[in-house]
Amino acid sequence: MRFTDLLRFAWQVLGGYRTRTLLILLAMGIGVAAVVAVSAIGEGARLYVVNQFGSLGTNLVIVLPGRSETAGAMPGVLMGKTPRDLTLDDALSLKRSPSVLRIAPLIVGAGDVRVGSRSRETPVLGTTAEFIQVRQMDIGQGRFLPPGDPRHSQPVCVIGAKVAAELFGPRPVLGEWLRIGDRRFRIVGVLARQGQSLGFNTDEIVVVPLAAAQALFNTEALFRVLVEAKSREQIVNAKQDIEEIIRLRHEGERDITVITQDAVLETFDRILRALTLAVGGIAAISLAVAGILIMNVMLIAVTQRRKEIGLLKALGATGRHIRAAFFTEAVMLALGGAACGLAVGKLGQLAIGQAFPNIPFTAPWWAVVAAPLTAIVTSVLFTVVPAKRAAMLDPVMALSKR
Amino acid sequence: MIRLTGIERVFRVGDEEVHALRGVDLAIEQGEYLSIMGPSGSGKSTLLNVLGLLDRPNAGRYELNGRDVTGLGDDELARVRREAIGFVFQFFHLVPRLTAEQNIELPMVLAGIEPAERRRRLDRLLAEYGLEARAGHRPDQLSGGQCQRVAIARAMSMGPTLILADEPTGNLDRHTGQEVMAVLERVHHEGGTVAIVTHDPEIGARAHRRIRLVDGEVVEDKKE
Repeated sequence: MRFTDLLRFAWQVLGGYRTRTLLILLAMGIGVAAVVAVSAIGEGARLYVVNQFGSLGTNLVIVLPGRSETAGAMPGVLMGKTPRDLTLDDALSLKRSPSVLRIAPLIVGAGDVRVGSRSRETPVLGTTAEFIQVRQMDIGQGRFLPPGDPRHSQPVCVIGAKVAAELFGPRPVLGEWLRIGDRRFRIVGVLARQGQSLGFNTDEIVVVPLAAAQALFNTEALFRVLVEAKSREQIVNAKQDIEEIIRLRHEGERDITVITQDAVLETFDRILRALTLAVGGIAAISLAVAGILIMNVMLIAVTQRRKEIGLLKALGATGRHIRAAFFTEAVMLALGGAACGLAVGKLGQLAIGQAFPNIPFTAPWWAVVAAPLTAIVTSVLFTVVPAKRAAMLDPVMALSKR
Repeated sequence: MIRLTGIERVFRVGDEEVHALRGVDLAIEQGEYLSIMGPSGSGKSTLLNVLGLLDRPNAGRYELNGRDVTGLGDDELARVRREAIGFVFQFFHLVPRLTAEQNIELPMVLAGIEPAERRRRLDRLLAEYGLEARAGHRPDQLSGGQCQRVAIARAMSMGPTLILADEPTGNLDRHTGQEVMAVLERVHHEGGTVAIVTHDPEIGARAHRRIRLVDGEVVEDKKE
């Protein structure tokens, strides 16, 4: 039997039992669509979280003052003293590590920002020139803080796009002065719009030199130090170096916490990937159900088409011909169902994407490959028994029964 | 051309053994036209099935065109059936979802014949059996006589050496039955070997050689 004839024959069968064909296509389609849509949602959530962390900067190591202990209470509280502050000198000393590329010490506070009669309260960030590279942010207009000795500061600042719009309206802002508390700063740059990044909106901040922030908030203590490692592989080394350098500087006390962005990211990535797989797997159960449906239908077909099978055998069909006809039918059903399912799943994904434009919903490639493949494999597997039964049918018995 | 020697066919029904065929010896020459008659349960359908290689005898030897086909495997039997034997059934056994033309084409499709060659043979068969106007109709749109003509055309499509007809007129009225018999006899006149199983003495009497079976044994074998 020629392959094209086999296809035509199966096609005629599918066309001959239209309701049956449509029902199986529906079941298969729902299964495949469910896997695609569900895994797209899972993958979207994963990408969303990964992007949020990724926007913090790459190869980032964050140093926090104080040590989080699993013992429950802070050791400082028990000993009757607060943890040691993290100072600018501590931060600068980190550059001794060969694994560290850049550092950006950070002081954060809230400031009353005024221009003429307009004023608003915004988060004020005190940092150094390297901050923009460590955080991988973009400048919209002008430039960022000038490099130089972080211990001395010029009265300049960089503001977020939203702050600029609210304080100045459509007026040009570069070179204008603004007042934070009792100090005056000249605006040298505006940050490019970036939006939310882990709950912290960079469009609404004002960035001033570190020394200025120290004076403004009257503190030497750093909020944290952002460290950029030289490469991804150096992150672990950098973390060890940082802990060692600070321990030496703090008289042997390990009183800082070092978080690598990688570790956090990896954990989230793993959890969400596992979640996507699990939910996709649950959806795949419907594919197995569709497979069982195919088996059921094929078994009925063997009984229903007894005479036809007997006839084919009398006309010279071998067992192989009969099996091939059944398998071709099953694979065609699975392919049709998979195609419908992929189309519906894609539409569903687009629809959810319309509803939540912030989250990048895309079905992961493995789901797009695995779902149709599972559909085909299950339908082939579940056709083995019916096809075998059909091929073994005794033509004399099949033909004699009315 | 066909030689059966000592053919036995035993069915097991519960604890009992039923001898459908007992030591049947039969030789059929090329171009013969024979009828197989006998009461119900005499084994005539079993004999036809054995001749058509649908059923295997429990004992005995079957030679077809000088070749011993008794011990052949299933696939090989299917191939011999495809190439050498044409069946015509009482209930036509046409595939309901296929058109007349597609039904006639089936054996050629199974044999893997080129579409162009199939087309050529189809055109000839449709013309020969007066089915040109009905080629695109499905069986439920055809009369009984037309259905049986489609079945005969299908049986002839591979140019078989032997045509086996099991009660070919059993499901037709008298007039249509005569028509179908005329078609089968034309096959015989063109040199085909035709064997017909029938209840109807009138149909049976038309054959040149008449075989009577009783309880699985050949009791009468008359040649004209």
